[in-house]
Amino acid sequence: MTRAVVRYDTGGDRPAPNVDMTASLSTFEMPSPILTASGCAASGRELDQFFDITRLGAIVTKSIMLEPRSGRATPRIAETPSGMLNSIGLQGPGVHAFIEHDLAWLHERGARVIVSIAGGATQEFEDIAKILRLQEGIDAIEVNISCPNVADRGQVFACRADSAAGVVASVRRSSDPSIPVFAKLSPDVTDLATIAMACERAGADGLTLINTTLGVVIDTDTMRPALAGVTGGLSGPAIRPIAVRCIWQVREVLPDIPILGVGGVRSGRDALELILAGASAVSVGTTVFRDPAAPMRIHDELAVALADRGFSRLADAVSYAHRDPDGEVEVDEDPEVPEWL
Amino acid sequence: MPVQTRGEVVSVRRAGAYSVLTVTAPGVPELTRPGHFAALAIGDLETSSLLLRRAFSINGVQSRGIYGGTIDLVIADVGQGTHWLLQRRRGDAVDIVAPLGRPFALPREPVSCTLVGGGYGSAPLFMLAEQLRERGCRVDVVLGASTEQRLFGVLEAKRSATTVTITTEDGSAGERGRVTDHLDVVMERAGAEVVYACGPMGMLAAVSEIAASRGAYSQCAVEESMACGIGVCMSCVLPVMGDDGVTRMVRSCVEGPVFRGERVRWDEIGTIPPDTLGAPSHVGGH
Repeated sequence: MTRAVVRYDTGGDRPAPNVDMTASLSTFEMPSPILTASGCAASGRELDQFFDITRLGAIVTKSIMLEPRSGRATPRIAETPSGMLNSIGLQGPGVHAFIEHDLAWLHERGARVIVSIAGGATQEFEDIAKILRLQEGIDAIEVNISCPNVADRGQVFACRADSAAGVVASVRRSSDPSIPVFAKLSPDVTDLATIAMACERAGADGLTLINTTLGVVIDTDTMRPALAGVTGGLSGPAIRPIAVRCIWQVREVLPDIPILGVGGVRSGRDALELILAGASAVSVGTTVFRDPAAPMRIHDELAVALADRGFSRLADAVSYAHRDPDGEVEVDEDPEVPEWL
Repeated sequence: MPVQTRGEVVSVRRAGAYSVLTVTAPGVPELTRPGHFAALAIGDLETSSLLLRRAFSINGVQSRGIYGGTIDLVIADVGQGTHWLLQRRRGDAVDIVAPLGRPFALPREPVSCTLVGGGYGSAPLFMLAEQLRERGCRVDVVLGASTEQRLFGVLEAKRSATTVTITTEDGSAGERGRVTDHLDVVMERAGAEVVYACGPMGMLAAVSEIAASRGAYSQCAVEESMACGIGVCMSCVLPVMGDDGVTRMVRSCVEGPVFRGERVRWDEIGTIPPDTLGAPSHVGGH
C-alpha cells in the first residue's frame, strides 16, 4: 500500500523527542493522545490511505443510528473564516450495516475504535448500546447528544442536564461495564458545568468537549441561507477558544473526569492548548479535510512541543494550566451542585 | 490509491476565460485515468483561513520531462480559493491530493463514442479522447458554453476527434444554442453507442436523457461542491440509484464523480427523494 509522504518535518534534524505519549481515557489506554473526531473520519478506511490508522489513539467513528439515514439535502457545507458550517444531518447506514462493514474492517485492521452513537430518543440510544454490547473490537462509546443538525435542534439532549443525564444513564446501563462511556456535549448552553456534572452523576466515564456550535451563513448573491438545512454546526480553528473555554470550565468543577478535547486543532501547539486546559486526549476534526495526514503530524508536533517545555510524559501536561501560582494543581474540592441533581 | 504531495507550480497560463495551472505532482501522472480529479489546499497550513480543499478534474498529465511528473488543471477565477491558486507563480508550493474519484469506464470494444463538454467541464475529455482512440474507438466531440471565451479545449478537440461541434448560447462561436440541441444529430451521424459528458448538472441531465432515448450508454462526471475530496465529510452527496434499484445519497468524490447517467436522479439533486434509503419519514426532514 502506498501512502502519502510526510511533508511537514516537525523536528528539523533533531532526534524524535523522548516523551511518553501514552494517553488514557478512563480505563481505555492508548499509545497516542491524538484521535479522529466523529463525523470527520467516516469509519477510518479513507484516512488509512494517507497514514497508518493503527498509530492513532483511536478512530472515533461517524455517529451511528439504529436505522439507515439519508441525512439532509445539499448544499450541506459553507466555508467560513478559519472554519466551516456543516449540515450533514447524521447520514449513515444504520447500526447493523455499520457492524457488518465498518466495525468488522476496523477490527481486522487492528485499529482502536470509539463508536459514536446518536438517537432521536433515549430508547434509540439504548437499543444501539445493547446491539453494540454483543460486538468485539469496541474500546469506548461516545454518546452524541449534541449534534445540532437535527430537526428539533432546540431540544438536543445536551441542552438540558436532566435529558443529557437520562441518555447517559441509559447507555451506561446497557453497555458492557468494562467499556468507558463518554458523553459529547454542546457548547451552546448557558451553564455547561451543570450539564457536565449531571452526566458524571449519571455514570459517564468521561466527556467529549465540544461538538460544533450553531451558525447560519447567508449567500449574499442568492440572498438566502447557504445551507439547505438553514442552520449548521460551526467547526475549525474559529471555534478553538470555545473548546478551550469549555474544557477549562468543566475541569474546574470536575477535577478528575477524563476529557476528550475537540475543536479547531490543526497543529501540535493547538493540541497542547486543549491538553493544558484539561483534555487527556485530543480529536482532530475539520483539519483532516484540509490535510488528511494531519493526525500523525499533530502527534509528532505535540511530542516536540511537550519536550520543548520540559515534559517527559504527556500525562503530566494534562490540566497543567490550572496549577496555582506555586505550581500545585488547583482543585475545587466542593463544587456547588444544585439540589435536584 | 491517492497520493498527498507538495507540488511546485510550473506555470499558470490563460485559456480564454480560464487558466491552466501546471504543477509538479510526483507519482500522480502514472496513477491518473481520465475523469480523476485533484484536490488542492489553499494557502499555508498554519495561517490560511480557507480550510476546504478545491477540487479540479485533471486535464492532462506529463509523467516525464524536466519537471518530473506534472498535472494540468483548468481553473476559473470564481472565488477566494481559486483566486489564490491563480496568483501562484513558478516555484510556489501547493499541497495536492490526487488522483481522486472513480474515473470514466472505457469500452472493451472499439465502439463509437461522443464526448460532450460544457464550459471548462471539458477539461478531462481530451485525455479520454486519446485513450478511446488508442482502443480504436471513433470519437466525436461537442463543446458548448455561454460565449466563445468560456469554451475550453477547441484546438485539443480538433486534434483528437473525427468531428468537433461547437455551440455558444450567444452565437459568438460555432452554432448558436446548446450542446444538447445538436447532440442527437452528432450521435446519429457517428452511430454513437456511448456518451461521455462533463459540465453543469442541467447539461448532464439533458445528455443522459438523449443518450437513454437513443439506447446509448452514458457516463457523466458531476461537478458537485466538495470539502475534503476523499470521502470523509459527506457534503458532496447526490441521489443515485444502485444496482439493487435502491436510491442512496452517495458521495460524488469517491462513488463518483463519474456516474452512469440513467442512475442519477438529476431532477432531484438538492433534495432527498422520498424513496431514498433512510429518507426522513416526517415533513421538515432530518
